[in-house]
Amino acid sequence: MAREDGCLITTTDAASEALRPDTRSGRRRLSLAWLGTVPFFAYALLFLFLPAGQILIGAFKSKTGGWTGHNLNLLVHKPYITYYETSIKISLLTAIAGCILGFFIAFAAIRDGTPRWIRGIITTFSGVAANFGGIPLAFAFISTIGNIGIVTKFLHDHLGWDIYSTHFPIFGNFTLFSAFGVGIVYMYFQIPLMILVIAPAIDGLRREWREAASNLGANSWQFWRHVGMPVLLPPLLGATILLFGNAFAAYATAYSLTAGSVGVVPIQIGYLYSGNVLDDPHLAQALAFGMFVVLFVMMAIYVPLQRRSARWMR
Amino acid sequence: MRRHISPSAAIWLLLAAAYFIIPLIATLLFSLNQQQTGKCCSVHAYGTILHDGAFWSNLKTSFLLALETIAIGLGLFVPTIYLVHLKVPKLRAVLAFLALIPFVIPPIVMVVGLLSFYKGSPSWFYAQPWGFLATAYVILAFPYMFFSLDAGFRSIDIHTLTEASQSLGASWITTLVKVILPNIRAACLAASFLTLAIVMGEFTIASLAAFHTFPIYIQSINESEAYPAAAVTLMSFGITWAAMLSLLVIGRKRGARGAVIAGVR
Repeated sequence: MAREDGCLITTTDAASEALRPDTRSGRRRLSLAWLGTVPFFAYALLFLFLPAGQILIGAFKSKTGGWTGHNLNLLVHKPYITYYETSIKISLLTAIAGCILGFFIAFAAIRDGTPRWIRGIITTFSGVAANFGGIPLAFAFISTIGNIGIVTKFLHDHLGWDIYSTHFPIFGNFTLFSAFGVGIVYMYFQIPLMILVIAPAIDGLRREWREAASNLGANSWQFWRHVGMPVLLPPLLGATILLFGNAFAAYATAYSLTAGSVGVVPIQIGYLYSGNVLDDPHLAQALAFGMFVVLFVMMAIYVPLQRRSARWMR
Repeated sequence: MRRHISPSAAIWLLLAAAYFIIPLIATLLFSLNQQQTGKCCSVHAYGTILHDGAFWSNLKTSFLLALETIAIGLGLFVPTIYLVHLKVPKLRAVLAFLALIPFVIPPIVMVVGLLSFYKGSPSWFYAQPWGFLATAYVILAFPYMFFSLDAGFRSIDIHTLTEASQSLGASWITTLVKVILPNIRAACLAASFLTLAIVMGEFTIASLAAFHTFPIYIQSINESEAYPAAAVTLMSFGITWAAMLSLLVIGRKRGARGAVIAGVR
């Protein structure tokens, strides 16, 4: 509580000093404290809120300057609605797959019996790999499983397996330069992000609970069904949503892999800006507005889940 | 308590290692291929990159941009967070909430907003990376800087330090520069390395605003020359690794743990 006492003293000091002018600067102390935060808020206003507001307003404006719902109406029709569908599909699939794989890898690294140094390496690597992505990541995969990638060539020359002519169930024909390939590459930053996010939750699963459960005669399945899963479910769902947002916002990786041809929303927004003359800025703003809406819905699910899972982390 | 690693854990870890390490090895092997034959081994691709003037000029642009972003960011956030912790603790929650916004808003949305809002602004701002891009990157770096610095300020007793300094007659500026800054050096360094990693890898905003930065250069090489592209990709990975590992080393040493998840997708 020492910190709070200190704070109290400073506040009263400041309050009493505020009543008499500061002899040195000629200003009052308290007002100085407020003034100090003004540059920051001015900056946030200029470069964050006003541009964001421009999107919210611009999405409802027509080319001639009047109000219109036309742009947003376009979003729920083809082809724009399919961009959102593809974006949401890729994001959801890579989020769920990243969540499951990331969880098992994190669990394997943390569980009893795994040497401690493995966990150290995994956490460090995840911290770095979650920051890979973008252009270099795309090229790393092109040199791995691109048309003449090392792994593609190895599989073809030594195992006689041509992955580019293989039909996979559900996902269809493999090519790195489609939504299928983009999803596989996204896993490279989705899984590490999951490991970083979920490791504290797995740590929170106390060994005492496991021991108590087995003392009461529960087997491994019963422990997970009645203790492990109920505790881990909120953080798992929360992490899935975080991963969704992560993939939903991704632009550079998909752009570099598909040369801007895969039909996800960020690529389509970028496409509108690729010409020298922006044909209709309000369409780009409406597409951006649509991304806002999807992310807002996701946050509305994420925040209560986060609050719930925070209860178990104390 | 088990003594040995369980078989299922070992399988998961091996699979993970394969998925994460093979692309790195493949990129390395690819970069060593000879231009004409496509066979190993030659360092010609690295020579091509290192002798390309555009490589150096774009790398320099990105690096200077990173330095500028770090300077503006620290100059803006350190005094603000200091004042908020010291004088107006109620605002801390507001700042923490604001810090989440750039994390949630995708860069592609941010750049659309910035481009349409600043369209028609003076060209020394709009057409210069040092103006438009740097200001956007400060916003992009804000969440990471805030959480690093906030953790740094929380780990020291700024009230006692400030009062001690002022009772000895130091001015606000002296207190901030000579007393507070040395104590949050680790947090400042962590924030700087994170910002460096973000700026050196940022593609979306630079691409839509049509500036020539390092990631834009990598993409242009990707589209034209395969083996040099692998070489420059590895160099870019090296920069990210160096920045992030420095960050982790600082974090471990001084307990100044900040966010380590940056966004350059």
